[in-house]
Amino acid sequence: MRSDTPTLLGHFERMLLIRGVEDEIARLRTAGDMVGSIHLCSGQEAVYVGAVAALDLSRDAVFPTYRGHGWALACGVPPEALFAEILGRVAGINGGRGGSAYFTAPEYGMYGENSIVGAGAPIAAGAALAASFDGSGRVAVAAFGDGALNQGAVHEAMNFAAVRGLPVVFVVENNAYSELTPIADMTRNPELFRRASAYGMPGGRVDGNDPDAVARAMETCVERARGGGGPALLECMTQRIVGHYIGDAQHYRPAGELDRAVAAEPIGRLAERLTAEGVAADELDAIRARVADRVQAASRLALDSPPADPATALEHLYA
Amino acid sequence: MPEITLSTETKRLSYAEAVNHALRRALYERPETLLFGEDVAKPGGVFGVTKGLHREFGDRVFDTPISESAILGGAIGAAMFGRRPIAEIMWIDFSLVALDQLVNQAPNVRYVSRGAVTAPITVRTQAGNGPGACAQHSQNLEAFFAHVPGLRVGMPSTAQDAYDMLLSAVWCDDPVIVIENRTLYHGAKSDVRLGGEVEPIGGARVRRGGSDVTVVTWGAVQNLVLEAAEELAAEGIEAEVLDLRWLNPLDLAAVRDAVGRTRRLAVVHEAHTFGGFGAEVVGLVAESGADLLAPPLRIGAAPARIPSALSLVPGILPTREKIADGLRRLVRGEKAGDAGALR
Repeated sequence: MRSDTPTLLGHFERMLLIRGVEDEIARLRTAGDMVGSIHLCSGQEAVYVGAVAALDLSRDAVFPTYRGHGWALACGVPPEALFAEILGRVAGINGGRGGSAYFTAPEYGMYGENSIVGAGAPIAAGAALAASFDGSGRVAVAAFGDGALNQGAVHEAMNFAAVRGLPVVFVVENNAYSELTPIADMTRNPELFRRASAYGMPGGRVDGNDPDAVARAMETCVERARGGGGPALLECMTQRIVGHYIGDAQHYRPAGELDRAVAAEPIGRLAERLTAEGVAADELDAIRARVADRVQAASRLALDSPPADPATALEHLYA
Repeated sequence: MPEITLSTETKRLSYAEAVNHALRRALYERPETLLFGEDVAKPGGVFGVTKGLHREFGDRVFDTPISESAILGGAIGAAMFGRRPIAEIMWIDFSLVALDQLVNQAPNVRYVSRGAVTAPITVRTQAGNGPGACAQHSQNLEAFFAHVPGLRVGMPSTAQDAYDMLLSAVWCDDPVIVIENRTLYHGAKSDVRLGGEVEPIGGARVRRGGSDVTVVTWGAVQNLVLEAAEELAAEGIEAEVLDLRWLNPLDLAAVRDAVGRTRRLAVVHEAHTFGGFGAEVVGLVAESGADLLAPPLRIGAAPARIPSALSLVPGILPTREKIADGLRRLVRGEKAGDAGALR
């Protein structure tokens, strides 16, 4: 065992939890218990677990996208509350008002998914703007996919954050696809981190399937922002090993691409690394079993929760 | 920073000066307020409305890039964390490039989180046609925003309301859009009561009494309505003019009371008649079962873009003559409306 092994075991368990929850959501959606469009993050877990490891969730604020289950779980949202939210149940984190693609969990530092590509970036800049007045030391994380780099709101947010030196880290989850279209076909320079220099902020690219590498790169960005150094852009290279949404047949993928993505997915990779560091197979299996039990128990709990009460539908619109 | 004192007496102020006094008071009394937008700080605003505030309040009043999504999204994010931003969108036409933040973002914050997070932003903007304005600097878009549950919408038409309603907006815990009118900014001064309690948002005002017809109106066009009402008074027709002030919350009780008295309803707005908020007012009155003596009348802009040339504009926007003619016909029981004319 090495000194970083306990940290990596923590990453391993959190990534397994995200994967297990996503697999269970796929089952519930296919079975018809869940309805609507659901975007799973399987394969991208290292980005969330690594990035959140660098945050202080008692004051920092994460603004993810509609592919946000992984961010929520990495922030500590209980899986039962997440399942119940997508099921539209009373016990949901927003009582069913958010659903899969637009829930918020401020008590966990997770300030809302966003179903509009790139729209969370200016809002994250606003959270950082508040930090520049309130002395909290808060760092805001604006997370979005590669496709969002072609949204005007993201450009505006980056320039605004840079010119005001706001404590924001822009995290790009580059899974190579803007929804169903390769990002490489949608921009002349697919090295998205290079855009940072145009705004006068640092930008870098990291292996987004390595939670440890993401965490270390993120720590640099977060410390810099918290210390008054302003925003940064961190491009995390990853791949989803599922469709853009549940039911996406992925015909657009070239032959063999998905197999290669599965072979490179972060959980198996980390298991190999932990094994190489001397962690016994039994210990990894025990973690797998513990997570599987937790996912199943959470799913049952959520399914037992009653549907959101229609009498409350008009509440909380105004102060 | 110089020592700041607030006037609390009645002063003769222009509409723009009244807005400036309200902003000063908000910045002074609510340390969590921020004021930002394009050219609002060092330049003092393209219409001079915010002049002096950056000097008095320092970094809390700042200039932004020409980035409406960043302005509005930044306001929302800051509001979620305890600030009370007052964001300026220089022309309401510019709000369209950042409509996502106003429609998809701000009004959902409280609702989805069931009040765990809120976005108490105030968006100040100005709307309406003015001499020589082009088609992208002349629109009246209040119906867009009034259509969105979760957004509050007000349109002050007097200097007193410019002061009062802006403060009500800043004090309100909902996202509020206050739509000012630049043709009013530097007009005649009037007495404005400063200080006093900040009223909650909402509430219509009767601007002129009358028994023959109720004219529901809002925004700068109200001045044309009042002139038309004076013209009609000389002919023995007394029009009651009700300034709606707030489209959300809507003071439907005031509208129904007024229409109940006069039993004739006209709605006048500068915005396009088709799909305009006047249709909502007429619809609500109709649904309430009002016993009207004549079909209700809507007067607004004809369905066209807004041209720049002075000679072209009266063919599209409401004028004093069109308003007087419409009200005269309504009261006389002649065909007044233009229903179905969508040329």
